[in-house]
Amino acid sequence: MTTARQVRLTVNGVAYEAQVEPRTTLVDFLRGDLGLTGTHVGCEHGVCGACTILVNGRSVRSCLMLAVQADGDSLTTVEGLGDGKLHPIQEAFREEHGLQCGFCTPGFLMATYELLQLNRSPSDEEIKDALGGQICRCTGYQAILSSVRLAAAKLRE
Amino acid sequence: MKPPPFDYLDPRTVGEAVSLLRQHDGEAKILAGGQSLMPLLNMRMARPGVLIDLAKVAELDYIRETDGGLTIGAMTTKRSIEDSVLVQKRQPLLHAATLLIAHPQIRNRGTLGGSMAHADPAAEYPAVAIALDAEFRVVGPDGERSIGAADFFVTYLTTALEPTEVLTEVRFPALADRRGWSFMELTRRHGDFALAGVAVTMDLEGPGQCSGARIVLFGVGPTAFRVHGAEQILIGDRPGQAVFEQVAKKASEEIDEPLSDLHASAEYRRHLARVLTQRALLQATARAQV
Repeated sequence: MTTARQVRLTVNGVAYEAQVEPRTTLVDFLRGDLGLTGTHVGCEHGVCGACTILVNGRSVRSCLMLAVQADGDSLTTVEGLGDGKLHPIQEAFREEHGLQCGFCTPGFLMATYELLQLNRSPSDEEIKDALGGQICRCTGYQAILSSVRLAAAKLRE
Repeated sequence: MKPPPFDYLDPRTVGEAVSLLRQHDGEAKILAGGQSLMPLLNMRMARPGVLIDLAKVAELDYIRETDGGLTIGAMTTKRSIEDSVLVQKRQPLLHAATLLIAHPQIRNRGTLGGSMAHADPAAEYPAVAIALDAEFRVVGPDGERSIGAADFFVTYLTTALEPTEVLTEVRFPALADRRGWSFMELTRRHGDFALAGVAVTMDLEGPGQCSGARIVLFGVGPTAFRVHGAEQILIGDRPGQAVFEQVAKKASEEIDEPLSDLHASAEYRRHLARVLTQRALLQATARAQV
């Protein structure tokens, strides 16, 4: 039972190959097996959004996916955003105080990344819809909203 | 909060999936988008011995126009439905309801078939299926069969699917001319499961008489369900505020025993059903008159 399986996937442009137990969630695989601890584990049932990453360009909850399901996929985590320096979205969150304790931030950044890939001039309503599934317990959402507005402006330049 | 051990199988075709279900009868569970099943696994409320993942069954991911209606593969994601111009044009009620489901991150993975087969009483898609008189195509060891939406949803988290059957597609018939529609729900926060909701379709004829109507409530019973008594009051009458009040009152009275929990009392859910029904009737009428 529960035979380990071979998975091949790309994370932030780096190819990985690993043996994984079927019950390992993708977020635990990223953190525990690959050592990519930028993605955070919050509620583990798809409610808080802290573990949001991109799978083939789409934002998903990595606690609601099994590592074996990511076989063949291309993933982007928060570590892949900046390429050595801060990404404009990260700069915007810093400048607009879009984070305090930072626990939820990786999820917010990745959800914002997908939104701004699809829409460089989102309205406040569109921002709220895209980030509605991300929970922050300390910063306050207004600062996050202004961070996303600034990030959009930076990316339009 | 980690899933219990299970074996993982990923068939490439419906036929393979069915034979695997048969082989592991009683201990296997189908994994579609995982947005309901994964939380249940993480919380160990579900402990299947075998998971059969349909993610690689490519033949189940499509949106097709059929006789003016739409046929949608069970593994089509909510995001694909949301982004489909065809769905917007042909089944605007389905499209509107999709936008109310959870959040983009959930809609990117969650599937049409998964929501239907999971049959959460507060979920949007079962109500849409009943309102649009959708038909479910399922495949099992003895071949395929069709199940009407009225018979598909049996009770809380239970459908007419046999343990060895796979839901493969849902067919939504064409919307009739002069059929207005509305889909409304109330949630604590945007994207949450609805405390109560309603789907309405209304047909007008002649100078504006109601010739047919469907009113489907969800979140207020073990499944989404039609309130036939309320529909009967409406049919044959001219839509208007006074009759809507009567219809909505009747609809709320047809709820057997609304859920009562932390989020809302039974009394409040019944009240919401009445208010939402009245608003939805108004909107459906306006749309039928365009």
